[in-house]
Amino acid sequence: MPLISKPPEGSWTEHYPGLGTDPVSYEDSISPEHYEAERKAIFARSWLCVGRLEQVPRAGSYFTREIHALRTSIVVVRGSDGALRAFHNVCRHRGNKLVWTDRPGDETRGSCRQFVCKYHGWRYQLDGALAFVQQESEFFGLDKSRYGLVPVQVDVWEGFVFVNFDPAETVPLREYLGAFAKGLEGYPFGEMTEVYQYRAEVRSNWKLYIDAFAEFYHAPVLHAKQYTNDEAQKLMGYGFEGLHYAIDGPHGMQSSWGGMAPPKDPSMVKPIERILRSGNFGAWDRPDLPGLDPLPPGINPSRHRAWGLDSYLFFPNFMIVIWAPGWYLTYHYWPTAYDRHVFEGTLYFAPAKTARDRMRHELAAVTFKEFGLQDCNTLEATQSMLESRAVTHFPLNDQEILLRHLHKTAKHYVAAYEQGREAPHAARRHSLAAAG
Amino acid sequence: MTSGPRRLPREFADLEPFAEWALPSERERYAKRLSSTMAEMQSFYEAALPRLEAAASYLEKLPLDALPDDARRLLQLCYSLINVSFPIEAWRQPRVPDSGASTLECVIEPDV
Repeated sequence: MPLISKPPEGSWTEHYPGLGTDPVSYEDSISPEHYEAERKAIFARSWLCVGRLEQVPRAGSYFTREIHALRTSIVVVRGSDGALRAFHNVCRHRGNKLVWTDRPGDETRGSCRQFVCKYHGWRYQLDGALAFVQQESEFFGLDKSRYGLVPVQVDVWEGFVFVNFDPAETVPLREYLGAFAKGLEGYPFGEMTEVYQYRAEVRSNWKLYIDAFAEFYHAPVLHAKQYTNDEAQKLMGYGFEGLHYAIDGPHGMQSSWGGMAPPKDPSMVKPIERILRSGNFGAWDRPDLPGLDPLPPGINPSRHRAWGLDSYLFFPNFMIVIWAPGWYLTYHYWPTAYDRHVFEGTLYFAPAKTARDRMRHELAAVTFKEFGLQDCNTLEATQSMLESRAVTHFPLNDQEILLRHLHKTAKHYVAAYEQGREAPHAARRHSLAAAG
Repeated sequence: MTSGPRRLPREFADLEPFAEWALPSERERYAKRLSSTMAEMQSFYEAALPRLEAAASYLEKLPLDALPDDARRLLQLCYSLINVSFPIEAWRQPRVPDSGASTLECVIEPDV
């Protein structure tokens, strides 16, 4: 018998009739051709989160980002005028990668007054203008004003830096991110500057790792050994029910209970968690930050008192998880091939004031890694067996609504692209405008 | 000599036999965990866990951004204890179960 009340249709999934309830094909995760289409249909036409404003604090601060799905690299930089800009990371002379350190494939960051190409010494201002050409008189009528760095659309929401590679993109970032982002505005993201980042090269399709973090149906089973035995048995008996699920255009969110920070019964958590008062859900005591109380209105939409976290998937490859004890994390999934991607999990805390705070954060971060390692390996196991095609369609349950929606959305974007139509988020904007 | 270059604070001299666990990065701590036996980690855990609360109380009185060297080593030793708590309290083996060839590298962490 369910403990959480569901929408009047009887399920979260049927509340959104377009989703259907049939078993879902995972051909979209094992087809090289489909991935080729996704690159152009999704990654070349959507707003992509590439970092945080804190990474470019001053004029001249920059970082690079490899966007494998688009076979490009970008450099994001704060100009002398304070403006944020993004450029394709390519020298206009003969195509050398402009900004890199040691190994050209590695991302880098730093601070400079100009970008200087390692190859022939061409120099670019922070606003992208070509400033200097080595032996300029050897060229043939070279008009420097026509050889600036190639810009990429960039915009910022709540300190998150997004880029868009579609020159025809007309949907502004805030509108693209929609109602979920609006409901998060005011959260003190910018105050949480103690950062831990974990990175993995995962041998699975990028959507499979999103699947893993978009449902908690797996949590009492896959992660059982992380709890005491009695607790693991109990959790498995209960199973998992989300407090709330919602879909907005291509994006999705779920809200979950979280009884572990602090736990009702201290004996249910590991000894070190009891001593430090921290664990998987973060330090049990909230930092004293304005913006955490009250929380922005979109958070904990069911207003449940046992609320533990909200998890948002901003299509295509960016997730934000807001934890009740006052911290957040982000996930990025960067495809590198149909069966490979780079995963980044980044944890953000209010800066530790004492060594005890810092130990609490360390425990939360280490716990994150232990969970993440279990998830990673499961993905490789899934990818390999999906590729057998021995089974092609899979029944997704109501707690897996966001997976159903993700795969449907990704297929929808590909279909629109292949039929020569605009991206679904642009079409949605136009139909809303027409409806007045 | 009690606060020599490789020492812990005098109050935590009982943990000196485990001072090699005072490692500055998660990468080093995790590598040491994977290259240690369960018996080695068990003895470290049994010695250090009962001292964790005392270490936290000692360290929180000092400025986090200007810790003396011996205190910083004690803090790093506590981070290793946190890392080792998983094999000891949960997994019964050094590696995360079923994590096979997977890796998850810590690429950004605080300076201290």
